[in-house]
Amino acid sequence: MATHLILQKIFKTGIVSEPQPAADLALRTHEQQLHAEILKVFGQALVIRHIDAGSCNGCELEIHALGGPYYNIEGIGVKFAASPRHADLLLVTGPVSRHLETALKRTFDATPEPKWVVAMGDCGCGAAGAMFGPNYATIGPVREVIPVDVEVPGCPPTPTAILQGILAAVSGK
Amino acid sequence: MGHRLGDIELILTPQADGAIWRFALDTERLPSFARGIQDEGGQLLALWGSDDRHLGAGYAVHVAFLSSVGLVWTSSALPADNPSYPDLAAIFPQADRMQRATFDLLGIRAEDAVDSRKWLRHNAWPENTYPLRRDFAAEPTRQLDAYPFIRVEGDGVHEIPVGPIHAGTIEPGHFRFSIIGDRILKLEERFGYTHKGTEKRFEGLDLATGAKLAGRVSGDSHSAFAWAYCLAVETATASAVPERAVWLRALFLEIERVANHLGDLGYLGNDAALTFGFVQFWRLREDWLRMSAKLFGHRYLFDCIVPGGVAVDISEPGKAELNALADRIEAEVHELKAIYDEHAGLQDRFANAGIVKPALAARLGLTGLAGRASSQAWDARAQFPQAPYDQLDVNMGTHRRGDVLARAEVRFVEIFESLRLIREILGRLPAGVLYAPPTRMDAACEGMGWVEGWRGPVLVALRIGADGCLDRVHPHDPSWQNWPLLEVGTLGNIVPDFPLINKSFNLSYSGQDL
Ligand code: SF4
Repeated sequence: MATHLILQKIFKTGIVSEPQPAADLALRTHEQQLHAEILKVFGQALVIRHIDAGSCNGCELEIHALGGPYYNIEGIGVKFAASPRHADLLLVTGPVSRHLETALKRTFDATPEPKWVVAMGDCGCGAAGAMFGPNYATIGPVREVIPVDVEVPGCPPTPTAILQGILAAVSGK
Repeated sequence: MGHRLGDIELILTPQADGAIWRFALDTERLPSFARGIQDEGGQLLALWGSDDRHLGAGYAVHVAFLSSVGLVWTSSALPADNPSYPDLAAIFPQADRMQRATFDLLGIRAEDAVDSRKWLRHNAWPENTYPLRRDFAAEPTRQLDAYPFIRVEGDGVHEIPVGPIHAGTIEPGHFRFSIIGDRILKLEERFGYTHKGTEKRFEGLDLATGAKLAGRVSGDSHSAFAWAYCLAVETATASAVPERAVWLRALFLEIERVANHLGDLGYLGNDAALTFGFVQFWRLREDWLRMSAKLFGHRYLFDCIVPGGVAVDISEPGKAELNALADRIEAEVHELKAIYDEHAGLQDRFANAGIVKPALAARLGLTGLAGRASSQAWDARAQFPQAPYDQLDVNMGTHRRGDVLARAEVRFVEIFESLRLIREILGRLPAGVLYAPPTRMDAACEGMGWVEGWRGPVLVALRIGADGCLDRVHPHDPSWQNWPLLEVGTLGNIVPDFPLINKSFNLSYSGQDL
C-alpha cells in the first residue's frame, strides 16, 4: 500500500530542515528607510513574486532549490505567490530582455506599496563577468528598469545567498 | 567517404568520431535530400543560417539531419541579394519555427512556407532589419508585439491567455488556450520573450569565454551545451582531448541528467498533489547538488568543461564519496518509485494525460527524452556513441504510451542508468592530464558538436575566424522541435492538467529563445 510506504519513508527521513542563515546586509544597494511600522505590518510573513526577466534558467534552478525541505522557507514565513498583487517583494532574475521590459514594469506597478525588489544573479545585478550584458536584445541589469533594493550576485547565487539577500531587504536593522 | 542514404550517394566528410558528416548541398536539392532522409526513417534536428558575406560569399542555410549513418550537416550557399531556399517544413514540420527564426535573425527566407509569421522578433528590432547580419545597427522599436494568433471560433469557445509572466517559478512565455468548458480545443505558443541575442554575443569572443556562454544557453543543460561547444571547437581545430578529460565530461553530463530527472520527478508528484514526492525528490536533488559543489566547486558544474579538456579533477576520496551517494540515491529512488507506482491518485493523473502517440511523434519529430517516451528510440549515446560512450554500452530507456506516465517512467529508467554509468566511469577513469590547449589554426575553420543532454540532443555548430576568435556560433536545444508537440499533446485534455503535462515535457524557453 502506498500510504504505508509513504509513512514509513517520512518516518525514516525525519526532519532535514536547517536553521535559517543571517541576513547579509552587505548586499543592500542603499541604506533603506525602513520603519518599524512597516515591519509591524508585515510581521514575520513575507510574500514573494518571482519574475524571470530574461534569465538562462540557471537562477530559477536555485529559487526552486530554495523551496526544498532543507531550507524550509515557509517555516520562517516566506511564501511565493502567483500574483504580484499579493506580493511584498519581487525577486527578479536575468538580464532584462527588451521583450520583457514592459511585462517587468507592469508587474512592478501591479505590486502594492510598500514593496521591495531583490535582483539576483550576475546578469540581474550587472556584476562584472556576467555572461549577458546590454546588447540589441537585452537592456542589462534590473536596476536599469525598476528600482532595486538589494542585489545578490552569483551565477547562479546559492539558495542560502538568495535567502540572505531577501532577509537583508526586509530586516530593518 | 561514400555512403548511401536511400537512393542518394553521398560523399561525406567525417567529423568527430564519424558520428557527424558534413555535406555541401545545392539549395535546389535540399527538398529531395530531406525526403530521402525521411524515407529512410531519419529526422531533421536543426536548421539555421549564417551571413558569410565577410568571407567573400553570400549567405548559407545549414541543416542537421539525423540519419542511419549519424548526423548529416548540410550547408547550402545562398546569394547575397534576396537569399532564400525551398521550404522544408512541408516535409519536416519541426522546421517551421526554425525557418521563421532564421528569417527574423538573418533575413533568409523559406520560399512558399505555409507559416511566414515572425517567431523570435517582438519589438527589440524593426521589421526588415536582421540582428545576425554583420551590418546590423538598428534601434529597438517601441511598438507592442502584434502577433497574429490563430483564432478558434464557434459557440461557447473561450480564450485563456497565459503569460508571459507565469504564476509559478518558471520561465516566461505565452500560452493561448482556446477552450470549451474545461477542454482544450487548441493551444498556441508564443515565445521569444527571453531572447538575449545569444548568437550575436558569441561573435568575436575568444574560445574559452565562448564555452562559458554556451553553457548558459539553457542553465539546466550547462554540461550538455558546454560539451557540445567544446566538441565543435575541437573538431574545427583538429585538437585531441586527453582521455581523462573525455571521461570526466561524461561524468558531468550524467550528473546533470540525474539532477534534472530528480527535480522533475519531484515536481511531477507535486503537480499531481503528492507533495510528499516533491519533498523527497528535492531532498535527494539537494544532496546531489551539494556533492557537486563539494567535489567540483559548483552545484551545477558551471565552467567545469573547457575547450581542450576539463577544469576540475576528482580525487580518490572524492570518487568514494560520489559512489556512496550514488548508491544511496539509487536505493531511495527505488523506494520512491515503488510509492509512485502504487499511488492510485498519482497514477490516475499520470496515465493518459498529454498523450503523444508514436506515429505523431515520428511525424512531427519529437526528440530526446519525450521522444523516447513515445517510441522514438534515438539516443546518441547508444546509437552513435562518441568517446567515452563507445566504451560504456548505454541502455536506452523507451516507452510506448507517450503520456505523462511514460515520460515519468523514462526518467526513472534514465536515473538508474546514469547512476550505473557514473559508477562505471568512476571505476574506469583513465589516469593522465586534464587539458591540452586546442590547436591554433591559421585559417577560418568549422566544426559541430553533438551531445545527448538530459532533455535530448544538443548541437553546437560554429566557425572560428582566421583571428582565432568565434565568428558564428549556433547552439540548438531540442526544445525547438518538442514545444510544438506540447501544443498537440494537450489537445482534448482539461486545462487543470496543463501544468502537469507541461512539467512532464519540461522544455526550455531560454534555449529556444536564444
Ligand atoms: S546569473 Fe548566471 S545563472 Fe543567472 S541568468 Fe545569468 S547566466 Fe544564468
